[in-house]
Amino acid sequence: MMAKLISPFELRDLGILGMNARNIGFIGRYNQRKNYRLADNKLLTKSAAVARGIPVPELYGTVEYQFQVKTMLNSLSGRDSFVIKPAQGSGGKGILVITGRDGDQFVKSSGVLIDEREVRRHSSNILAGLHSLGGRNDCAMIEALIDFDPVLKDYSFEGVPDIRVIVFRGVPVMAMMRCATHSSDGKANLHQGAVGVGIDIGTGQSICAVQHNRIVSQHPDTGISFNQLKIPHWQQVLELAASCASMTGLDYLGADIVLDKQAGVMLLELNARPGLAIQVANQAGLRHRLAAATKIAELTDNQAEKITLARQQFSCATVASGQLSMSIL
Amino acid sequence: MINSKVQIGLIAGVFIALGIGLTLYKAISLDLPLVPDQYREVWTVESKTSFAPTNLRSHSQFDLQSKASVNVELRLPSAQAGWVILEEHFASSGFGFSIVEDGTGSSVARWTRQELDRATTLYYKMQIYRASENSSLPALPVTALQKPLLEPDQQAAMDRLVDRLQVQSSNIESFVQLLLQEFLRDSPDQDTLFLIDSYEDDAFAVQMDVLAMADISAHKIRGIVLEDGRRRQTLSSLLEVYTGERWAIFDQGTASAGLPDNFFIWQRGDGSVLNVVGGRDSSLEFALVSNSLPAKAVVGMEQRSDKFALLDFSIYTLPVEQQGIFKGLLLIPVAALVVVFMRVLVGVRTSGTFMPILIALAFIQTTLFIGLAIFLGLIGIGLWIRSYLSHLNLLLVARVATVIIMVILLMAALAVISYKLGIDQVLTVTFFPTVIVAWTIERMSILWEEEGGHEVLIQGSGSLLVAVMAYLVMSNPLVEHLTFNFPELTLSLLGVILLLGKYTGYRLSEFYRFRDMGSR
Repeated sequence: MMAKLISPFELRDLGILGMNARNIGFIGRYNQRKNYRLADNKLLTKSAAVARGIPVPELYGTVEYQFQVKTMLNSLSGRDSFVIKPAQGSGGKGILVITGRDGDQFVKSSGVLIDEREVRRHSSNILAGLHSLGGRNDCAMIEALIDFDPVLKDYSFEGVPDIRVIVFRGVPVMAMMRCATHSSDGKANLHQGAVGVGIDIGTGQSICAVQHNRIVSQHPDTGISFNQLKIPHWQQVLELAASCASMTGLDYLGADIVLDKQAGVMLLELNARPGLAIQVANQAGLRHRLAAATKIAELTDNQAEKITLARQQFSCATVASGQLSMSIL
Repeated sequence: MINSKVQIGLIAGVFIALGIGLTLYKAISLDLPLVPDQYREVWTVESKTSFAPTNLRSHSQFDLQSKASVNVELRLPSAQAGWVILEEHFASSGFGFSIVEDGTGSSVARWTRQELDRATTLYYKMQIYRASENSSLPALPVTALQKPLLEPDQQAAMDRLVDRLQVQSSNIESFVQLLLQEFLRDSPDQDTLFLIDSYEDDAFAVQMDVLAMADISAHKIRGIVLEDGRRRQTLSSLLEVYTGERWAIFDQGTASAGLPDNFFIWQRGDGSVLNVVGGRDSSLEFALVSNSLPAKAVVGMEQRSDKFALLDFSIYTLPVEQQGIFKGLLLIPVAALVVVFMRVLVGVRTSGTFMPILIALAFIQTTLFIGLAIFLGLIGIGLWIRSYLSHLNLLLVARVATVIIMVILLMAALAVISYKLGIDQVLTVTFFPTVIVAWTIERMSILWEEEGGHEVLIQGSGSLLVAVMAYLVMSNPLVEHLTFNFPELTLSLLGVILLLGKYTGYRLSEFYRFRDMGSR
């Protein structure tokens, strides 16, 4: 195993955004605390998105109080698959995915069977704030399981892949598809071992894939190579991501987007403090892109123009040639 | 509007400069040592004189005098046997107060009041330290002997005892020592037993009379046995005997000669220490606290004058008990700096931001290796029990409460078992913050279930690493010396922490995290 480190000068030349710089320079500077609520609370995100006509997974119900836990499964009697998650969970914690039923039991995405008792226990843990930011009391939301686009089927193992797009001042600057693996327990969370695939903003094509911050070439479970990956409906993905910026008032945010077989592009959730691993998956630093995005944002207020400029600016071809074509700005 | 970076820079710069400047001023102009040198043990002795008024309602109707004035006289100690009194302080709420020289060189504090309607306590506080080991006492005139008047049977027993001791001893010192040993024996002889019995168990009175009978001048020395943390110490006595050329001190409790090191003499001779007129049930008690101070600081206090205004408003002026607390408190900013440093510059992940400080504080009490062992033991067993609890399907708050109780029971079990096994050090387990340990167990256990043992190991060892570093810094004698004697350095620390709060550069861990960048 290679244990070599990268030098700070190299990091700076590559424009890598560090944790401290992200916290002070972008999250602290551009994201007002009052706007966090909308991103941190998935129920609020959902209703705001619905109000704006942004498609989201259907909400089956919410569990707000402990006494509701007893009867929560009654209303789900007609549903075979659903997802239970904390409204204010962080980092993909506390998400229970049920893909089917087997008699009285439920099938988890990993194929493991669990009984009603365990579903209820999970829900009361959510209510007690076990998975939530700061351990606050929370409520559990039950929503439809994404029936994800079959094009992406082999790229994710036992879980729904989602696409994280970082949007800065309304300009999409970097994107990555997050593919669940066996070791991530079907969750599309890089911390837990999901694979992150950098996606070219210009074309929607894959750039590079990483797991645990190391480069991989194929999915560890399905064995499929990420080379040929191309996200369908790419323009819509970017449009949806960009529209979240005006919805939330957050200037630096990560939008998590899924592709549903029937409903198409959908907003899954928002993140006011998106992680930095996306840079490794893209083999590119965020600093240069954020600087370029600032210029784009100063140039135009029109969302469509911002996306067009971003697709030109942040395409692999342009970046690889080593020069941002500032001429168009 | 100056941008926040410049503001922070300015504020931090002022803080850092102020801290270092004040420190240098104190070091240079007040001559306080920058590095720890010799420490002196300074004792704060607080005497409490308590009494109740005598004027009971029943017989005060016609007698104006009985509604009487109160006059309390407390003999004050004078510095002797190498002891130095640094500071004296009297608290006398509602009393007239004066200090009277009694002509013999020692002085008396006098509190007076016309009327008193409830029980009262008067305070006299002083700070003392031993400047030299020289324990010689000033010469004292030998008083004329007064032979006791005794009953015939007492007289006979005493004569026999004196004769026997005189036969066995070679000089006055050995006579006194034999006498004291006689009283310490498990089975004293018949005469001694009879004498003690007839003196109503007052062995000291017997000894004084025996000495008088043997033509030896002797008197009591009253004083305090210095024991740190004592709250209700009373006056103790020693025996001082004139050997023909000098006065020698003996301890009745051990029959040994010489002044014990931890004995502070309050009064030599037989006069009373406390005199209360117009009060009843009077008592004299002492509270004692000891604290180590740098020798030079002690000297500074001794020669304190108005021009050292800085010292006058320093922590030294607080009661010694509070000084001890601040000694600990002032170390916490240093530990906080270690945490900020490790998280912002190095990028160590810990479970709970400032939890390592609390663990480090516990380590200070337990010492490092025992502390580590206890902590790992507690967390390990706690995690094991907690893994069972997760099957029970409890609500979160009840579950954490259960873990808290488990931790307390575990601590008790650890303490009892180790005490029985004779491993006293493990008793310090009580210094671990129970609630923090319980939450750590809960968080670790959730982390284990959600992200696997790997993450538990990373965050657990991260927390321990930071805790150990904080401990090493806090237990460093130089750091302890600087933070306590130059508390203004805390301002400099604050400045540094403010600057670190604006650090936007890379963390050390990011050189590893992003190691695969640019490799394609």
